[in-house]
Amino acid sequence: MSAPKNNARYASRRRGNFIATVLSVGAACFGLTWLLLILTVLVVKGVGGLSPSVFSEMTPPPGGEGGLLNPIMGSLIMTIMAVLIGTPLGIMAGTYMAEYGRYSKLTMIVRFINDILLSAPSIVIGLFVYELMVATMGHFSAWAGAVALAIIVIPVVVRTTEDMLLLVPNTLREASAALGLPQWLVIRHVAYRAARAGITTGVLLAVARITGETAPLLFTALNNQFFSWDLNAPMASLPVVIFQFALSPYEDWQQLAWTGALLVTAAVLALSILARMLASKRVPS
Amino acid sequence: MDMALQPAPLPGIATGDASRARALRRFNVGDRTFKTLTQVSAITVLVILAGVMISLVRGSLPAWQAFGLDFFTTQSWNPVTEKFGALPAIYGTLLTSFIAMLIGVPVSLGIAVFLTEICPERLRRSIGIAIELLAGIPSIIYGIWGLFIFAPFFQTHLQPALIDLFANVPVLNQLFAGPPYGIGLLTAGLILAIMVLPFITSIIREVFETVPPVLKEAAYGIGCTRWEVVRRVVIPYTRVGIIGGVMLGLGRALGETMAVTFVIGNAHRIMPSIMAPGTTISATIANEFTEATGDIYTASLVALGLILFLITFIVLAAARLMLMRIERKAGK
Repeated sequence: MSAPKNNARYASRRRGNFIATVLSVGAACFGLTWLLLILTVLVVKGVGGLSPSVFSEMTPPPGGEGGLLNPIMGSLIMTIMAVLIGTPLGIMAGTYMAEYGRYSKLTMIVRFINDILLSAPSIVIGLFVYELMVATMGHFSAWAGAVALAIIVIPVVVRTTEDMLLLVPNTLREASAALGLPQWLVIRHVAYRAARAGITTGVLLAVARITGETAPLLFTALNNQFFSWDLNAPMASLPVVIFQFALSPYEDWQQLAWTGALLVTAAVLALSILARMLASKRVPS
Repeated sequence: MDMALQPAPLPGIATGDASRARALRRFNVGDRTFKTLTQVSAITVLVILAGVMISLVRGSLPAWQAFGLDFFTTQSWNPVTEKFGALPAIYGTLLTSFIAMLIGVPVSLGIAVFLTEICPERLRRSIGIAIELLAGIPSIIYGIWGLFIFAPFFQTHLQPALIDLFANVPVLNQLFAGPPYGIGLLTAGLILAIMVLPFITSIIREVFETVPPVLKEAAYGIGCTRWEVVRRVVIPYTRVGIIGGVMLGLGRALGETMAVTFVIGNAHRIMPSIMAPGTTISATIANEFTEATGDIYTASLVALGLILFLITFIVLAAARLMLMRIERKAGK
């Protein structure tokens, strides 16, 4: 850097660099500050309402004592049902795309449409399931909620299954085919086994995604003051209860909403971290 | 590859080979069944999308029959007289997303540059992971935070200041006109901006990492400053990918429901001020769908859903096409 020919020009380039650096560092600080602020408020507001009764009592009427047992159970049940419906379908579709039809036209189209479904507005999925199930059956039900969530699970699982199977080295497949295994057994015993961690990651990410989904449940599973095992009846879920309670004028309901929000966020973060840990020790490349 | 995986053709089957033949037949049947099963699953993905489209069109038919194309240009939203128009909701959706992008995109770009060029190597991974985790936080959290924390703060501190600041500037005093409600279109746009930040950042960061190090090293080697490398090498090389990522974020913002519903105010009017309460397509559906009585009301809400779906479909499809282009480039 000794004695540049044109000092003024050199200085202006350095100034430009300095300004850009400051702006960029500033952007990082700005963005991270907001996000940290949200998390801090969430913890501070939410922890205040944490008590055993949150997990052991039903949602209260305004002014009454209660907890979040029925929405917690409802969310768990509908999430499990959604995963049971969506995961096999998603894994199978991903399998077709990576194994049978790797270069086929169908795969290209499915991949494109799947990517769009992946970020389609979830409220539209809710409308679809309303038209499909609630309107035809004549009543809201936990089944409808589970199907709506399953439709959100499928694209996530399809995407990760395909990606993970594509990472499995072809030499593995060729070696087992050379032993005389038919393709479906190669897939089941070799490809799936090699990609297991990755596919599990995808399922966990999908669960994390639907844990906080509110919009598709608003007019499918609706809400329920009480807990029931009946999947044909409306069912409470944490996000919907948070939505309802937060917008209510009652302070104890609002407190429960914060506590519920903390629980949902903690669950989502735990799932994402677990998924990440699994992903970090996946297929040897 | 297909050929290699077929079971070997049977040599003359002697009586002792009967079990072998059976096993091979089982293999064949299994293979065909499994292939069909996976193929059907793949087609299911297409069926879902087609189903969404068909059910929305069918559900919204009464509204189209009643209002026709006027639905797009009518401002009224009146359940009593059953006169509905989508204009305020479309306006609100586009405006809040525009505000979100106006703030979210430059900040995301800044963070991505910080993460790939400036940040010390040791912090890079952990901040990167933190941003990706934040991208997964459910949108209802942003909504509840916006309603209880941000809106009151905005109302008492920022809005009066903004109103005063622009009071004598010709156009801006219309846009930033009082009274300060706290909630409204601007608040919703700002919360959307915070929400799409981690999302866009993580995509742009990924895209930045596709730049071959040789290109950057060459630029540094001839004496470029960091800013010059970013502006003249990294950004031009990844331009298509950046636009794709931004549009993916836009798709998110357009369809976002919960973060917006809490703070939008749910008013079916178009006011000149961006601080006034308004509504978006998704917020209208979330707020009114379960309470909608009458065919026309419900159909109008479904029609809003159809419009939203078509807008996001176009945006997302364009985003994917662009991201596919940069992936292909990185693959070469």
